[in-house]
Amino acid sequence: MTTVENIVSRYREPLENSPLDLVQDWKRTRPDAKIVGCYPVYTPVELIHAAGMLPVGVIGAGNRLEIAHADSRFQSFVCSIVKSTLELGLTDRLKFLDGMVFHSICDPARNLGSVFTRNFPDLMVEYIHFPQNMTSPHTVEYMLAEYKRIAVSYEKLARRKITDEALSNSIALYNTQRRLMRELYAIRHATPQNLSTVECYVLTRIGTLLPAEEHIAILEEAIPQLRQRNEKPKDRIRVVLEGSFCEQPPLELLEGLEAAGCYILDDDFVIGWRWFAEDIPTDGDPMRNLANAYLNRSVYSGVKHDTREPKSKHLIDKFKDARADAVLILAAKFCEPALFDYALYKRALEKEGIPHLCLEFEEKMWIFDKARTEVETFVESMLFD
Amino acid sequence: MAETPAAEKTQYQGQMHLLQKEMMGRYFERVTRAAEKGEGKAVYMLISGNPVELVQAFDLIPVYPEIDALQLAAKKSALPFILKAEELGYSMDNCAYVKADVGMFLGDRKTPFATIPLPSLILCNYVGCNVYLQWFEHLAEYCDGQLYNLDIPFLRDPSGVPSAEDVTYVVRQLEEVIEACERLTGKKLDYAKLKQIVSRSSETGQMWARIKALTKNLPSPFDAYFDSVTMMAPLYCLRGTEEGVRFFETALKEMEEKVRLGQGPLPQERFRFVIEGPPPWGHLRAFRDMFSKWGAVAVASTYSTVGGLWEFGFHHDANHPLESIAQHMLQWNVTNRNFLQRYQQLRRYVEEWHADALVIHSVKSCRLFSAGQGDMREYFTKELNVPTLLIESDLEDPRYFSEAQLKNRVDAFFESLEHKKMVRAGADAGGAA
Repeated sequence: MTTVENIVSRYREPLENSPLDLVQDWKRTRPDAKIVGCYPVYTPVELIHAAGMLPVGVIGAGNRLEIAHADSRFQSFVCSIVKSTLELGLTDRLKFLDGMVFHSICDPARNLGSVFTRNFPDLMVEYIHFPQNMTSPHTVEYMLAEYKRIAVSYEKLARRKITDEALSNSIALYNTQRRLMRELYAIRHATPQNLSTVECYVLTRIGTLLPAEEHIAILEEAIPQLRQRNEKPKDRIRVVLEGSFCEQPPLELLEGLEAAGCYILDDDFVIGWRWFAEDIPTDGDPMRNLANAYLNRSVYSGVKHDTREPKSKHLIDKFKDARADAVLILAAKFCEPALFDYALYKRALEKEGIPHLCLEFEEKMWIFDKARTEVETFVESMLFD
Repeated sequence: MAETPAAEKTQYQGQMHLLQKEMMGRYFERVTRAAEKGEGKAVYMLISGNPVELVQAFDLIPVYPEIDALQLAAKKSALPFILKAEELGYSMDNCAYVKADVGMFLGDRKTPFATIPLPSLILCNYVGCNVYLQWFEHLAEYCDGQLYNLDIPFLRDPSGVPSAEDVTYVVRQLEEVIEACERLTGKKLDYAKLKQIVSRSSETGQMWARIKALTKNLPSPFDAYFDSVTMMAPLYCLRGTEEGVRFFETALKEMEEKVRLGQGPLPQERFRFVIEGPPPWGHLRAFRDMFSKWGAVAVASTYSTVGGLWEFGFHHDANHPLESIAQHMLQWNVTNRNFLQRYQQLRRYVEEWHADALVIHSVKSCRLFSAGQGDMREYFTKELNVPTLLIESDLEDPRYFSEAQLKNRVDAFFESLEHKKMVRAGADAGGAA
């Protein structure tokens, strides 16, 4: 049996150094396999998988990659992940990819897709426009057409048809993966002392880099062990964290937040890979199921504008559901969706009298003292006031 | 070193400018009456690929928060509103158009140019800009207003055109917008009236295209950046009205006359440039003077195609009003086109409008425009060999306009262009001898 401690220490270092090395290791043993990189936030990975390709999350480069070229293409006021992703490409670190898919999440990410198209002519670059009209009865038809269009593109790349059967199987596979990640988060929710934020992060994030089958096997081994753990709760405040749905904070920062006195009961790290609060149906037309699920079963997010219910209501529900003491907004610097959301969250949280703290981070940050001190002060004000 | 020429300022104030002032004055009076006397209902919309025809068909009043924000900047009254929004939790790094508008919206909505009415419908025409979605989401929450997200699929196919499904999806949504307007006004859509409005839009678009083609002349009769903005307000607020048509007839006639007389906006046109990006509204005069002093005239600009791109052949079709509004929103504006399509638009401008250089005005607020403009510069300088200047400021926030620094960059750029010109002229003379 592999212990959770072993799994976490096996993967933590590559995740911090150069996450995509894990994929390159995999590719070395399967030179003919095709791989499609998925920029955040959500990608319908089932379509890639059903074409016989491996979808992997290209979610920035962490804080160990020096940006030497990309900063002459994207200005100082553009977020770090856009630049680090381009830097990976410009320094030939994405050569193992056959395709890359971007989405309509924000303006810089959209332009990055075009910059990729121009700079890497050998790479298939796709772009999915996710609908922002969640109320029209016609939206699902549009979405279905969009998924059909992208499927044709993947079929061309894979030289293989995406059959309904293959797609249903892929949906079932990723349902299992997502269900296990929900179980993981349920453990943290109920007993945060038994699963640290970093452990939970590592166990989740590797799911964006390994084949789903491998990730499922790892989680199936880890979850029963975590259920056996019986740590004594520490004197910490309970928080839910919001705002890190795209660029990812360094693991040292997460450790620092916890050490400063917080149990992070829920968060939105790599939320695109945990996009559904329940399984996607596997009977009937699978592509329609996938489209419907986006419209009606997906989680709320700063990059999805659902006029049916305000995002802040969802955040407050999440807070109440976790029986948390406070909300921690951890937004990437220059991330317009997260920073705009904060203004609405702040208003709603104040109205409800919910304590909150807003911190900005960058994936490339190295110094965590300031963030840690801010959280410590915040925690102290909550524990002793 | 070449002598820095003395500042040249354009003094030109034609009939077109006077008429614009008068018409926009009337428009803002109407907006104010709606706010203060409850006369008429306001529909908030965004500029990019706006479907103003639908709003006009119901005699609703189009209100564009972007125009309000840029007016605040132009009247140098944006900063207190921006600061107020930042106090409420908006970041230093959020779009300052939104912040100025929110700061104003949450007060008494009185501005130096109009009192802004509350919206009866918040119509978020999501055409390219993702911040639009946030902006209108916020306004809707602040006033508990009715919000409709009119989702326009981005041009993402390599063909550069929308798919049949994209068009159908937009038309179906336009029908829902019509239903919303019917509920709001208690009136059924008068289809004949819509057709007439779309027909006027078609006329307007064609005249605007002809006006823009005139800047291919030497000298260019007007500045396609600084003078185009004069024509853009009527294009968005009055398109589809008789008044709007009259404005463009006047402007076209006046510009054709200037071409006939060989007149330009400056006493002498020494450089022709294409400009990319929105202008710094709070410092328009100072910014213009930086170019005027070099005898540099903008002959084409991408900014003037935000609301619609008419110069490459598109015009509305009154026989298919909803389909042509959909086409306008999907394909015929710069913001819904992908970044590489913008490179090609600029390339056409440089080539067909005979420009000497490209100036990229990179604004922090608008990342739709700016994110990645370093790659654009790379393309123009390395692949096409077009002299390119990249400068940074902002469209709204006065804290990001560093006049001395911009001036130095602009001066250095035109100095080197002048030097190249002299060398080339020398070589040509040598070759001829």
